[in-house]
This record gives sequence, structure tokens and C-alpha cells, in this order.
Amino acid sequence: MTRPAKDTTMKTMRRDFLKASGATALAAALPGCATTGSGSAGRVVVVGGGYGGATAAKYLRLWSNGSVDVTLVEPNAQFISCPISNLVLGGSKTIADVTVSYDNLVKRHGVKLVKDTAVAVDPDKRTVTLASGQVLGYDRLILSPGIDFMYEQLKVLESADAQARVLHSWKAGPQTVALRRQLEAMPDGGVYAITIPVAPYRCPPGPYERACQVAWYFKQKKPKSKVLILDGNPDVTSKAGLFKKAWAEEYKGIVEYRPNHVLTDVDVRTLTAKFETADDVKADVLNVLPPQRAGAIARAAGVITANNRWCEVDFLTFESIKVKNVHVLGDAIQIAPAMPKSGHMANQHAKVCAAAVLELLAGRAASPTPVLTNTCYSFITDKEVVHVASVHQYDAEKKTMVAVQGAGGLSPAMSALEGTYAFAWAQNIWADALA
Amino acid sequence: MLRTIPRLTATLAAAALCGAIAAPAAAQSPPAELGRNLAATCANCHGTGGVSVGGTVSLAGTPKADLVAKMQDFKAGRRTGTIMPQLAKGYTDPQIEALSAWFAAQKAPQ
Repeated sequence: MTRPAKDTTMKTMRRDFLKASGATALAAALPGCATTGSGSAGRVVVVGGGYGGATAAKYLRLWSNGSVDVTLVEPNAQFISCPISNLVLGGSKTIADVTVSYDNLVKRHGVKLVKDTAVAVDPDKRTVTLASGQVLGYDRLILSPGIDFMYEQLKVLESADAQARVLHSWKAGPQTVALRRQLEAMPDGGVYAITIPVAPYRCPPGPYERACQVAWYFKQKKPKSKVLILDGNPDVTSKAGLFKKAWAEEYKGIVEYRPNHVLTDVDVRTLTAKFETADDVKADVLNVLPPQRAGAIARAAGVITANNRWCEVDFLTFESIKVKNVHVLGDAIQIAPAMPKSGHMANQHAKVCAAAVLELLAGRAASPTPVLTNTCYSFITDKEVVHVASVHQYDAEKKTMVAVQGAGGLSPAMSALEGTYAFAWAQNIWADALA
Repeated sequence: MLRTIPRLTATLAAAALCGAIAAPAAAQSPPAELGRNLAATCANCHGTGGVSVGGTVSLAGTPKADLVAKMQDFKAGRRTGTIMPQLAKGYTDPQIEALSAWFAAQKAPQ
């Protein structure tokens, strides 16, 4: 069967069904009525099962009452959350605590899960090719590819051996577990150093939270040890006052913060970090967060349009400004000012995108008034937490998302109450994306 | 493919059939989806459809007037909290009305 032209799929299908079917078959296949996805209201392929992609897949099924056919392409067997994963490094949580199954997306919501990696996109034929060679057709493609590391700027870390010794642990999973092992193996009196790339990067406060979690571990178990934060930025990029207070008080004598440390090279054998303008630093555990860009499939799809790194989108739909019918979510997008690259944001992108895609598949315009919120908790200790929050409304004149002045803000101080909210946030957002 | 039935007729037929079976998301008018879409911005913490899995208040099935009053109290600083006073200030009054109406129309969790 030839594919109907853009945006007419559902109407054409309706007419076909009216022609060919009795009322029962018609009801079963109509958008809004169907309970099993047969592609009657359109086919959407989602690439990447993180906070953005998993949420998009679920909400497309939920909001179409199962009438839109949704395939999620994800190479990992399970979802592993980056948020909360710094607590695995601190030792108060395990990797199992931040791991969630994809089963409910399949069983409860009828998402077709393909354990594979997308490697190519043909936007004219509207197909995506997987590493296995399988080709999936789509009416709309949603890429939620996360980040890739720009090892061309740190060539010494290009090899698997180097990456196994100098960890990033910036994609939660085996690297998280490996870094915890390095910290456990480090003798008391050692130095853990983390290098932070120049912004923008995934999860602005994440590196500082990580420093706190490693310091929390040292304070309990290895009190003579040090945490060195070597920041490529001129100052702490998020929650600066709150983190600096924690380092000065909670982790006095353990954490040292050094700004303006742009990493240029690493001696992998001696674990020495080298910088543009600062002195070399030798560590016992060296944790390098390399510079980042949108994940590889974004490049293959031709949707990277900003600085050869990020994907510009129309915030009404999250459709690429360059490639029609291809939408991009999450950390991979070129953010509007004050819009962090966070899992919470990716989840919010996904819902705006899912709502828009359903409208577009039905031949209607997307809502002109999307709203995004961000809520980001950082653990200072194993229980005490600080937050930053913001609300972003679409500005029709500027055609971008604008942070609402007077809304949002920071915690006044760390608290255990916010710690309970942070865990509640995690349980609810994991369920919102995956259950 | 034969396309003999005009689109309008098909759409009306679809709407009629759907109405008897389930609330048809695809046939809803934009204002109804506005509430749904705005309410979805709360789901990260308050659960999908406003049904929390724990640690936060479920919003589904809460009377609209109560939700509006709570949000307006947060917005005006009459009600204290951690995140909510900050987030409530980001929503317009009509948006608060719309998302509250949507949550009120959902089934409360058992």
C-alpha cells in the first residue's frame, strides 16, 4: 500500500474503513476508539527510551486511546535514570534503585519496543534504518537521542581502554557502577577530581551534586580524602550559592572548587588532567565529563543545526526547523535561555510534542500555547536536598519559550523535607514515563 | 483506493460511533485538550493524570474550586510550600482554571 500524503493519513484511512468495513470494524479502527494499535491513526517511531522518548511513546498511546501505532527503538534492556544516580556513587543507593523496566510501556500501553539502535533516517521516504538492518516507516519520527561525547576534543579518551580508566559516568549504567568501584578502591587520603565542560552540557547542577555525594561518602568512610571540582566555567553554573555553602560548611576541608579549568588533555596512565590556563592536576580517581553534543542519530538525520552540536526545534511541536516530520526532544535540542538540559524538561518536551504530533496527524494545528516546567532536586547529603524550579511559556512574538519572570526559584537552604519530595519526584516521573 | 464518502460525513460518523464507546481524544476540541496538556505539566510530580504513585498529593478528582483556590493561594503567597509557590506563579489565571477543571473531571484514585 502506498503511504498517503503528509497529514492526510487518518482521513484517508477513515474513508477507506467507511468504504470497506461494517460498523464494528469501523469503531475498532477509528482514532479515539481503537484499543489496539493497528496504525489506523498514524505511525510514529520514537528513537531513544530515556526521559523524553519513553514519555513521548507512552503519551502518544495514552492520548490517542491506543489508535496511533508507536514503535520505540532503544538499545538498552532497561531504563536507568541519571537523576538519583549520583547517590549510587555516594553509596546510599544502588544501580537497581534507579533502574526501571520497559515492560509496562509494552504490556499496559501497547508500545512496540525494538531493542536496537537507529543508524540512519531517510526523511523523503520517511524511514528509519536500525543497526540490524530493519527499516521502519513513519508518519512522524521523534528523536530523543540524548548526548554523545565530543572525543575529537579529547582524543586521548577515544579508546575503550582510556574510557574504562577515566570514566564519565554521565550516562547512568555500567559507568556509574564502575566509578563507584573506583571510589571504593581508592585509599583514604586520595583525591577524586571531576572536570566539568563549558556549558551547555547535560544536567547543569549534576556535577556539583556528584561532588557532594562523593564528599558525603568520603566524610563517612574516608575522611582524609579530597574532592576537587575542576570547572571549565567561570563559576558554578547552577544553584551556586547553595552548593558553595554546602562545600564551605557540610564538606569543609573535603571539597575544593576551582573555576576556569578548561580541560585540554589527559594523561591516562598517571591520571593527570591538563588545562588551558591552569596547572596540571593529578588525581587518584579522575572523572572527566567531556564536552557534549546531540546523540549520533541526530547527526545522521540532519537535524543538528546549532554550532554543529544541538538541534533547533519549533517549540510548538518540537519539530526540527530543518527536517520535516522529524521531532527532537530532551538534552539534544538547542535550548532557549534559562531552559536546562534535564530529565524533567525532556519529559515536558515529550508531552508538548506528543500532543502536537496527534494534532498534526489529525490534520490540525498544534496548540499555540505550550507550557514547560522544570523541577530539579540536588542531593547535598544522602537525605538533604536543594531545588531549582522554573516555568516557561511560549512567546508567540519571539517564537521561543520564555522563562516567566517572578516564577521559579531556589530552595532557601537544604532540607530533609525536600529530600522526601525529591524521592517522590523520582518515583512519579519514572511512573509518568514508564508505568 | 475509493474515496467516495465526503470527509465531513466520515468525521461525523466517526464522532457518533466514538461517542458511544469512549471519549474520543482525537475528536476533542482544542479547549478540552488545553486543560489536558496543561495538567500534564504537573504529572512529573503528581502522577500521570494526577494519580500520584506516592509522596505527593493526587490531583485527580479534586473539586475544581479547591484546586483553583490552592493554586491562587500559592501564587499570591498566602500558602507556603517549597516548589509550588514558585511554580504556581508561572501559570496564568485562565491556565489555572483549565488545568483545575481537567483534574476535577478525572476519576479520583481509590
